[in-house]
Amino acid sequence: MRYVVRITYVTHEREIMRKDNLVERSDLGFITFDITADILNGKNGFIFDWNVKQLFLYLSAEYSTKNNALNQVVLWDKIMLRGDNPRLFLKDMKSKYFFFDDGNGLKGNRNVTLTLSWNVVPNAGILPLVTGSGHVSVPFPDTYETTKSY
Amino acid sequence: MIVSSALMIWKGLIVITGSESPIVVVLSGSMEPAFHRGDLLFLTNFHDDPIRAGEIVVFKVEGRDIPIVHRVIKIHEKENGTIKFLTKGDNNEVDDRGLYKEGQNWLEKKDVVGRARGFLPYVGMVTIIMNDYPKFKYALLAVMGAYVLLKRES
Repeated sequence: MRYVVRITYVTHEREIMRKDNLVERSDLGFITFDITADILNGKNGFIFDWNVKQLFLYLSAEYSTKNNALNQVVLWDKIMLRGDNPRLFLKDMKSKYFFFDDGNGLKGNRNVTLTLSWNVVPNAGILPLVTGSGHVSVPFPDTYETTKSY
Repeated sequence: MIVSSALMIWKGLIVITGSESPIVVVLSGSMEPAFHRGDLLFLTNFHDDPIRAGEIVVFKVEGRDIPIVHRVIKIHEKENGTIKFLTKGDNNEVDDRGLYKEGQNWLEKKDVVGRARGFLPYVGMVTIIMNDYPKFKYALLAVMGAYVLLKRES
């Protein structure tokens, strides 16, 4: 299974009002991507066998910051039922969920890795989590973008 | 004999899986179409198993008894292993922050009952029926009690 992710991006700093009225500023990242993937055939052969009810696909970003050694954020997900078209051909997708960091670790971060993975949901049995082959590294810019948004 | 064997098996499962509740019944439709109300989930909770995005965890909100089965969508883990994470039901529009305790924005390892590793459809419906129709539960207990009392050890 192969996929290609093309990115355009912007980092943004957002203010979050905390409950105790202190303002917290965290980085908010914007990513646009394309995915081309053929989910039909995995490493071990035909993925959608008789015992596969659905696949829960998700694109996650993994990176390290000063604050946290490991961060993982799911940016996009999709449910693919057995019988659905197994080919993904997505263009100019925006992340479904806000890409907030826990702190300000996105600005200037050179090594944010995007990976496509999926959770196999069987009709009955084990629930494996599979990572697709291939991933893409995204560098975020060194400055905040104050004017742009999606 | 039957009761003590059942108890031993249950306790054994708790030890082997590391989870206080190794088998749970799905109570809501928030993870559809993967899991439906009445499905059975098998959990493990090994201490060294890291929590990662995409995994399905069963957790309890502090102060509440009901376990919730949702997917991890965000994790922030420090070097020493302390982790805080956010969950969301596949079938829900928004993440679970509204379900957490007042003022709580993240879940921690201590809130986790286990990781969903396996699943059987429909089998848990019996538990739900017993909960929704207590008469059924009493009838079942009465039958089990009668069986235990009347059976002779041969």
